[in-house]
Amino acid sequence: MRLLETGNHMVAYAANSAHVEVVPAYPITPQTQIIEEIADLIARGEMDAEYIPVESEHSACAALVSASLTGARAFSATSSHGLAYMHEMLHYAAGIRVPVVMANVNRALGPGWNIWCDHQDSISQRDTGWLQVYVASHQEAVDTVIQAYKITEDSSVLVPMMINLDAFVISHTYMDADIPGREEVDSFLPAYKPLWRLDPRKPVTHGSVVYPVDFSETRQSIQIGHDNARGVIKSVAAEFKDVFGRWHGELVEPYLMDDAQFAIVAMGSMAAEAKVAVNALRRQGRKVGLLRVRFFRPFPNDELRELCAGLEGLMVIDRDYSYGNTGALFTEVKAALYGHVDAKATNLIVGIGGRDVTHQMIEEMTIKSWAGEMAEVTWGDSRMSPAHEVTTAILAEFGELFDKD
Amino acid sequence: MSKENEELGYMTSVSRPIKGCAGDTGEWRVFRPVKDAEKCNNCLLCWVFCPEACIDKEELEVDYQYCKGCGICAVECPTGAMTMIKEEKR
Repeated sequence: MRLLETGNHMVAYAANSAHVEVVPAYPITPQTQIIEEIADLIARGEMDAEYIPVESEHSACAALVSASLTGARAFSATSSHGLAYMHEMLHYAAGIRVPVVMANVNRALGPGWNIWCDHQDSISQRDTGWLQVYVASHQEAVDTVIQAYKITEDSSVLVPMMINLDAFVISHTYMDADIPGREEVDSFLPAYKPLWRLDPRKPVTHGSVVYPVDFSETRQSIQIGHDNARGVIKSVAAEFKDVFGRWHGELVEPYLMDDAQFAIVAMGSMAAEAKVAVNALRRQGRKVGLLRVRFFRPFPNDELRELCAGLEGLMVIDRDYSYGNTGALFTEVKAALYGHVDAKATNLIVGIGGRDVTHQMIEEMTIKSWAGEMAEVTWGDSRMSPAHEVTTAILAEFGELFDKD
Repeated sequence: MSKENEELGYMTSVSRPIKGCAGDTGEWRVFRPVKDAEKCNNCLLCWVFCPEACIDKEELEVDYQYCKGCGICAVECPTGAMTMIKEEKR
C-alpha cells in the first residue's frame, strides 16, 4: 500500500507488517510517533502485539530482551538520551544473543539541550555488539525493518540490530513510500523459530557467572555473529529485491563509483544530500562518486578497500565526533584502508545538533578537499553567533577571560 | 567457516542450574542466619524468600556453604525465629 506519511509512522507500519509480537517502549522526542502509532494500531485491533509501557529505557531494553528469550518477535524504539540510558542493557542484549530489532531516531546528546539530528547517540553505542544500519529514505526505513528480522533471526547471526533514522529529516518529514502488507511480508519473512527459549519445563540459567577460563569465547561468538551477518545482509537484500523489487545496497551503497577518482563517504540522510552534490560535480566534469555506508556494524572493510582502490582522495562526512580524535566514520574508514589504499583523506564535521547540511556545502568542500585546500579535520561551518556571544559576555562578567579593557 | 568457529559462534552463558555453580558464596558472609527451632512455626516464608535457595524445604536448615548472609530470611520471618549473628574472624 502506498502512503504519504512521516518516517516514524512508516516504521510503526513496517513493524506491524513484520508480525512484531511484543513492543516494550518509553517515549522520547523525536521517536514518540513510532510507539504512539504502534499503540494506536494495537488499540484499533489492527496489530496483534503486546505493548508494554515501561518506566524507563533501561527497562524497555530489559523487557525487549526478556520477551525475545520467550520466543516472541520483539521491537522497540528510542533516541538520544534514551539510547544512552539503555547502554548497559544494549550490552546485555548482544551478550545474551537475542535477535531483537530497535529503531533509533538519531538525535544529539545534551547539554546544551537539543532534540535535533546528529549521530552522536548511536555512534556512542558502537561497541555494544549491535548491528547498526543507517537509512537514507522513508522507503529504506520501511524495507530495513522488514529485512532486519530476517538478518538477526538467522541462526548464524543472532545479534540485535539497531536501525538508525535521522531525526526530523526522516522521522517527521512526510514522504510517500510503499508499505508491504502482512501477507506479502509472510512470503519473505517466516515466523521466528528460536534455537531455544525460556521454558519452565526445561529449566536453564542464562546470564550467570562465566569465569575467566570460559568468558572470552562468549565474546568471540558475538564477533562471529557479526562476521556471519555480512553474508546474510547481502543474501537478504537480494531476496528482498526478488520479492519486492527494491534495492537499497548491501553494507555500502556505491553511487557513480565505476570511474570515480574521488569519493565522498557519508551515512544517513546526509548521503542522500551528497548524491545531489555528486551530480553537480559530475556536470562540472569532476569524476566524483559516493559511498553511502549503510552498515556501521559490521563495518564494510572489504567493500571499502575494493571500492576505494585507485582513488586520488576521499572526504568522509561525520555527523558525530569522537572527542580527542576525529569523526568516528573517518577513523573507521582510515583503519579499513590502511595498508590497502593510499588515498588522501579528509574529514568534514557537519550537521551537528540538526544544523542544515546543504548539497552546495558538500560540493564546495569536496572541491577543496580534492585540491588539498582542506584541513584534515574541518568543522564545516563553525562561527560565532549572537547566542555564543551571550556565553562570552557572561564569562567576561565573572572574570578576565574575555575582558578586553 | 571452520567447525570450531561454527561452534564458537553459538557460545553464550546458557548453563544448567546446578548447586554451587557460582562457587562457595558462603565465604562472603559477614552475618550468619541462625534459626531458633522453638520460635519456628514451619511457615516456609524463609524458604520462599531466600534468593540463593539455601534453605532446605524439609528441615528448614541453612546451607552455610552457599548462604551469603543477606538477611532476607530474618527480615521476612514472622515469628522472629531467624537471628543474624556476626561471623567471627577466621
